[in-house]
Amino acid sequence: MSETPDTTFKRPESLRDTVTHYCPGCTHGVIHRLVAEALDDLGVRENTVGVAPVGCSVLCYNYFKTDFLESPHGRAPALATGFKRLRPDMIVFTYQGDGDLASIGMAEIVHAANRGEKFTTIFVNNAIYGMTGGQMAPTTLPGQITTTCPAGRDVTQCGYPIRVSELLSTLATPAFIQRVSVHSPQHIILAKRAIRRAFEYQLAGRCFSLVEVLSTCPTNWGVTPSDALKWLEQNLMRYFPLGVFKTPDKPKEQR
Amino acid sequence: MKGNEAIAEAALRAGANNYFCYPITPQTEVAEYLARRMPEVGGVFLQGESELAVANMLFGAASTGKRCFTTSSSPGISLMQEAISYMAGAQLPCVIVNIMRGGPGLGGILPAQSDYYQAVKGGGHGDYRLPVLAPSSIQEAVDLTMLAFHIADKYRNPAMVVGDGMIGQMMEAVEFPEKYIEPPLPPKDWAATGAKGRDPHIIKSLFLDPVALEKNSQVLHEKYEQMKRDEVRFENYSVSPENEALIVAYGTMARICQTAIDELGSEGISAGLLRPITLFPFPEKQIYDEASKKNIKAVLVVEMSMAQMFEDVERAVVGKKPVHFFGRTGGIVPTPEEVMSAVRRSLGAESGAKRPRKKS
Repeated sequence: MSETPDTTFKRPESLRDTVTHYCPGCTHGVIHRLVAEALDDLGVRENTVGVAPVGCSVLCYNYFKTDFLESPHGRAPALATGFKRLRPDMIVFTYQGDGDLASIGMAEIVHAANRGEKFTTIFVNNAIYGMTGGQMAPTTLPGQITTTCPAGRDVTQCGYPIRVSELLSTLATPAFIQRVSVHSPQHIILAKRAIRRAFEYQLAGRCFSLVEVLSTCPTNWGVTPSDALKWLEQNLMRYFPLGVFKTPDKPKEQR
Repeated sequence: MKGNEAIAEAALRAGANNYFCYPITPQTEVAEYLARRMPEVGGVFLQGESELAVANMLFGAASTGKRCFTTSSSPGISLMQEAISYMAGAQLPCVIVNIMRGGPGLGGILPAQSDYYQAVKGGGHGDYRLPVLAPSSIQEAVDLTMLAFHIADKYRNPAMVVGDGMIGQMMEAVEFPEKYIEPPLPPKDWAATGAKGRDPHIIKSLFLDPVALEKNSQVLHEKYEQMKRDEVRFENYSVSPENEALIVAYGTMARICQTAIDELGSEGISAGLLRPITLFPFPEKQIYDEASKKNIKAVLVVEMSMAQMFEDVERAVVGKKPVHFFGRTGGIVPTPEEVMSAVRRSLGAESGAKRPRKKS
């Protein structure tokens, strides 16, 4: 991606100039950009450390231009906790998928949120395990077909998909929790605002913040990129409603 | 001072005022001591939700380049193996103290040495080792805890201190150095401190390119080879050319063996003790040299576990002399009398290494 003096839509400073390994139509790239734009807006790139998960975005440290730690599967909130406790002056974020955060790492995210750790989690929910090739996730929809539920998710055996944002919102500890989507330009703009707001709370030392981003996986959903956006809107968004679930603001501060 | 508290204070004196913990007997006093003490030194104290999380918090904390540590006991250490493997792979320094209790499984809460394999042979997955220090007194627990931080930083590798439950629970007089001075260490220019005026630092153990992964393993291997050359520590007791028997034991077990050696002397049986202080790197050359001496008829390994270090001693002796084993487990501590009769049996034995046995 080369830039000329006339370029108006530039690559954020917080992203590297490189080609990603993501599949065509995957929305990780969009979400990476939104995080990078938020870091740029707040001018914190040089004082930020990210924590990468295990999953498709395991290599996200190749795309962000900040210091990064590569975590064991699901433990990113524990790494972020250890780091942020020692360096409260730095900005710390975890970037995690649904298998990483809502399955193997459920204990770590719940307790980090409950302790009110002052870091930000970008939770990318596309209702499937991407990197391992399309297995059932804790957020896979009822009846959704994956390689480990070829007849569709059977809720009598596997339970219902976990609504992470709602679940974490039940904790008494103050937090900022919002669910957004990136299936349309308008939703991408709202997602950007939410991500920026999450980092602002951290910068102010206010609270734990988490933005759940509904995302696509055309490859493992077995649909085209454009159909994936429709599928997200028609299926994922129905089960996982968008909205702000929790803020640390007192009623008069509410935006 | 109680062992657990002495270890806690030693870490602080070594400049490690960042501690993560989860309660487990018989080392919980470390956490209780530091919960009171840490606010006084302005450090970080955090009780995590599990040992799994605690070890991963340590991973995050170590990435800052600051000294940090955790303490636990056997089942908790098992849960920490994930992060220990990752930290070894990512070359992060930190200290893990294991006040060992009997296993396997939930086992018991009494003193044991049954985590020898876990500590020395890896524990987690992959080609890595930990330097392992085994104190036999509270003073040594202090000294070795402080040394562990230095070794961890020197090699950019997690280091482990292993004590049995007695080290944690017993009380002895200790002295802390007035002013703790360490040999110089390389700067921690690898730490994640923010990519200001430099390229980002990526702290990771993932190398998808097989050539890069092999390179990383070679770098680690070279560090372990250097540890074998430079970090072997051991102590002799009553070693002389007259010795007929060589006892190899570590930790508090070695102190019981010293009593046995003194008593045997009055019976006219000459035995010496070689006590490994570093379990990895293992003093194999020193054990070989002692065992090779003309008068030595037998080597006896005494453990509070079922012939774990025995294998390393057997390997060190390379068949030069018969190697025997005596051990008790389950939290039962061998008595000097039991050790004495094990020595007598070893000397009466004809030849060939006897496989592990609890009693004759």
